[in-house]
This record gives sequence, C-alpha cells and structure tokens, in this order.
Amino acid sequence: MKRILVWAALGVISVLFAYPFVWLLSASFKPRGEVFDHRLIPETFTFDNYIKVWQEAPMALWLLNTAFVTVMAAIAVTVTSAMVAWGFAYFRFPGRGPLFGLVLATMMLPGAVTMIPTYLIWNSLGMVGTLTPLWAQNLFGSAFYIFLLRQFFLGLPREPFEAARVDGANNWQIFTRIALPLCRPAIVVTWLFEFQAAWTDLMRPLIYLRDSTTFTVPRGLKALLDQYGFGGEWHWEIVMTASVITTVPMIVLFFVGQRHFVRGIATTGSKG
Amino acid sequence: MMRARAGETRAALLFISPWIIGFLVFTAWPVINSAYLSLTDYDVINDPNFIGFDNYVTLFQDPKVGLALRNTFVFTVMSVPVQLVVSLGLALLLNSAARATGFFRTVFFLPKMTPPVAIGILLLLLFNGQSGLINSALGLFGIEGPSWTTDPDWVKPGLVLMSLWTVGASVIIILAALRAVPQQLYDSALVDGAGWWRRTLRITVPMISPTLFFLFVVDSINALQSFTEAYTAFFGSGNTTYSNDAALFYVIYLFQQAFEFLHMGYASALAWVLFVVIMVITAVQILLTRRYVYYEGDRP
Repeated sequence: MKRILVWAALGVISVLFAYPFVWLLSASFKPRGEVFDHRLIPETFTFDNYIKVWQEAPMALWLLNTAFVTVMAAIAVTVTSAMVAWGFAYFRFPGRGPLFGLVLATMMLPGAVTMIPTYLIWNSLGMVGTLTPLWAQNLFGSAFYIFLLRQFFLGLPREPFEAARVDGANNWQIFTRIALPLCRPAIVVTWLFEFQAAWTDLMRPLIYLRDSTTFTVPRGLKALLDQYGFGGEWHWEIVMTASVITTVPMIVLFFVGQRHFVRGIATTGSKG
Repeated sequence: MMRARAGETRAALLFISPWIIGFLVFTAWPVINSAYLSLTDYDVINDPNFIGFDNYVTLFQDPKVGLALRNTFVFTVMSVPVQLVVSLGLALLLNSAARATGFFRTVFFLPKMTPPVAIGILLLLLFNGQSGLINSALGLFGIEGPSWTTDPDWVKPGLVLMSLWTVGASVIIILAALRAVPQQLYDSALVDGAGWWRRTLRITVPMISPTLFFLFVVDSINALQSFTEAYTAFFGSGNTTYSNDAALFYVIYLFQQAFEFLHMGYASALAWVLFVVIMVITAVQILLTRRYVYYEGDRP
C-alpha cells in the first residue's frame, strides 16, 4: 500500500516536472494561431517555426559563437583549475594554508562587486563587443573548481607520484601523466559544470556583446523575446522555437554526462 | 614526515601562478577599484570625480533601492524555505521508492539544465493570465487564476513557483545525505515503535541538518542575487511597457544603473551595500541556526 502511494506521488510529480518541456517542444511544432491551445500533440504539425527562426535570426552564427565560448571556457577552466588544485594538494610550502583560505574566501565575494571594474578592464583592452571577455577569465582557474579538484587530489595515494619521481619524472610529468589520468572523473565533472554554466549564461553576454552577429544563443533568445514577444509583434512561436533550440543542447549534455553530473552535484553538497 | 625538497616552493608557485595572476587582476584590483569608484561619479565617458560618500547618501534616499531591497528580501524569504521543504519532500519520496529512483531523479533534475533565460520565457508563457497553462489548469477546477505576470501582488509568487521547477540539484544533494544516515538508527527506532513522521523528524532531519543548513545558506545567497529569470521576463529593451517594478530585484537595478545608465560610481556603491547585506544575513543565519545543526564528532 505504502509503495503504491509513493509511486503514485512520484508519477504525478514527474508529470508536473516534465510537462513544461513537452508543452514547449510541442508548441514549437504548432502554427502561430495554435501555440496557446495547450494540446500536447499539435493539431497541425509543422516545421515552419524552425525555418522561420533560421530566417529571422542568425541562429547558426549564434550557435557557433556559443559553442566557441563554451568550449574555450570549459577547457581553460579545467586545465588551469587542475594545475592550481594540484599545486595546493601535492606540494608543501610556507603560506599554503592561508593562501588556500584566500581561494575559498573569493567564493564569498558577490559577483556584483567585481563586475564593474572587470568590465572596465576589458573596455580598456578594447575587447568589449568581442567574445573574449566571456571565457578568457577562465584561464586563471576558478575557486570552486580548484576546491573540488583539490579534494579529489588529496584523496589519491602518494605512492605512484613518489615512485615516478624516483624514476626521474619531473613535476610537470607527474602532474600530466599520473595525477591527471587518476583524477579523470573530477576533470569530467569540472568540464561539464563549466560547459553548462558558459552555455546558459545571460548576464555576461548582456554586458559585453553589442552587435547581434556576436550574440550567444541565450543573448539572442533574449533579443528575440524583446522583438517578437511583448515587444509588439507577438510572434510567440518564434520565441518558443528558439527556446527549444537553446535548451536541447543542455538536455543532450545531461544525458551524455548523467552519471558525472549526479555524482558531481552530490559531492558539492557533502562538502558543506 | 615530509622532507623539504629543494625547489618545492618554486614548483608549487608555478602550478598556482594562474590563480595568483587571476586573483590580482580579476579580484584584488577590481575590489580596490570598485571601492574607489563607489566614492566617485564615474560614468565611463568622463574622468571620475571624487565625491566622498555622496553615492551612499543618495542610495539610502533612492526609493528604487528601497523597492529593490524589499522585492529581493520578499522573494528570498518566500522562495528559500519553500524550495528547501519541496526538495526535502522529493528526496524523502525518492529515498522510499525501492526501484527506478534513477529514472525519477533524472526527471526531477532535467529542468535544472534549462538555461535561465528560457525559464524566464517559460514563466511568461505558463503563468500568462489569459492564455497560460497554469490558469487554464486552474480553470478546470473552477478557479480563476490571478494575472501572475502583470499583477504586482502575484509577480513574486509566480517567480517562486517557477523556481520550484529547478530544485533538482538540491534533491540530489539531500538524497545523497539521506543515503548516508546509518540504518541502525532506524532499526532501533522501529523497535521502539516510532512511526514514519517521528522517525523523519527525530532521526532523518537532525542527521542531515548540516546538508539542509548548507543549502539554506547557499540558496539564500543565490536568491539575494537573483537576476536572469526576472530580468528576462520583466525587463529589457523591447518590453519597456511591460516591465514590472514588482520584479525589480537588487541586482537587476544594479545592472541597469551600471550598464544601461553607465552610473558606474553609483552602481559600485550599490554593489558594496549588497556585499554587506549578504555578509550580515549569512552571519545571522549561521549564528541563529548553529545550535540546531547536528555535526558528528565535535565540530562546533
């Protein structure tokens, strides 16, 4: 009896969670006049919205821009955070504790405090309007990932590293040939988390991108909403279809890396 | 144990150097510069003039700051406890289902993958007063739903309800904590004849209280800095006639001041006030809830 109740509750809640997706996806295949009819199976099935989005907006360019920013951001932050984490985890040096405390302290600083001076730095470099400010800061690591990866490195046994050192490996070789391969799960988690963060970000594209040819997909989606949604033209089918295009890559990413996502998030909480 | 190796410090510093450079350029300098800018009238075009604490004086008299702070607090106070209770409930449900938890966990988590800008759009569509799905569903039960996206009294409840769609990450974190509670605690409680409620309130919740507390603090910090969903739905270039002051969160106002009006000095002062507000709230949360949080071992 109890088991049936639990399953019934889970079933109902699952429908509630899945409904907005299915509703949006279904609406993207409906003609303009029917998008608000709330049918789950479109009465008139059409691909026109997808063609229209491609004609009305430089969608391919936006996807390309986003893919570039996202891949650069994820690679940069993974490589440098792993380096820094390794520096804190493997070596003993004076001031290590306080310095790592400083890394953790930066996580407490609200983004709003550094947002304006950071904009002014990119402005003085003449990079406002380019995609660079959206990812280049990741070349310097990120406190959260440094923390995550350091925890992982600390859990590794030291013997393989000492053995490699005896065999004549230098510090860089020990890091790249032994430490990194051993820490592959944590590397994948970092890469996935940052890929998602970079893909879905709206605030930085709002701050740094001016010309619509440089937009990322979320920034483009906001522009489409402003133009075709309440901006007056009332072409919600375009906005809905663009929302689907923005979201689907993240759904795919989740299914590709599901195991890692779930484990990564569970670890995040246990570090509280 | 560790013998000091020649050059170990140098090697460590080489590995850490990316972070040190990044810290100096993108954290330390911006913090100093932001503090300085908050004492100026900088507007990007003209050189900054030092104006002392004028920005802070203006800020406390700016009715929009009061409004934005109120909106932000109301949203935080509404959304954080509701999110926590819902994610705890879902995690408990998942934990008591013997099979297929992987499937349900996936369904609960997927919305968290949705870009916040798309969540803002979904909010407009689902909660639309006339044609939205929510009010259509309420209509089936004979309830006339409110104008969620236009009525100032209903904008924040709408945002709170929408935020429940993305509790998936919290569910996963709580579920991991639930699975770590030692089974023998429940076994002995069962022997004592304790019912499900009693076991949940007396064993489960205390045992996972560090996790709940962690989520409480982190969710609050995030809620106080809410931006994307509300900005997408209620602000921007095209829908100025639609913009809704009830959704003017603090970071949205800060963003407008900095990047729409280029009031960089004023916006920097706003940022420092936000910093102090978050620090104070976090400190109060830690002080008030510390005695209710159970840590194994002797952590304070």
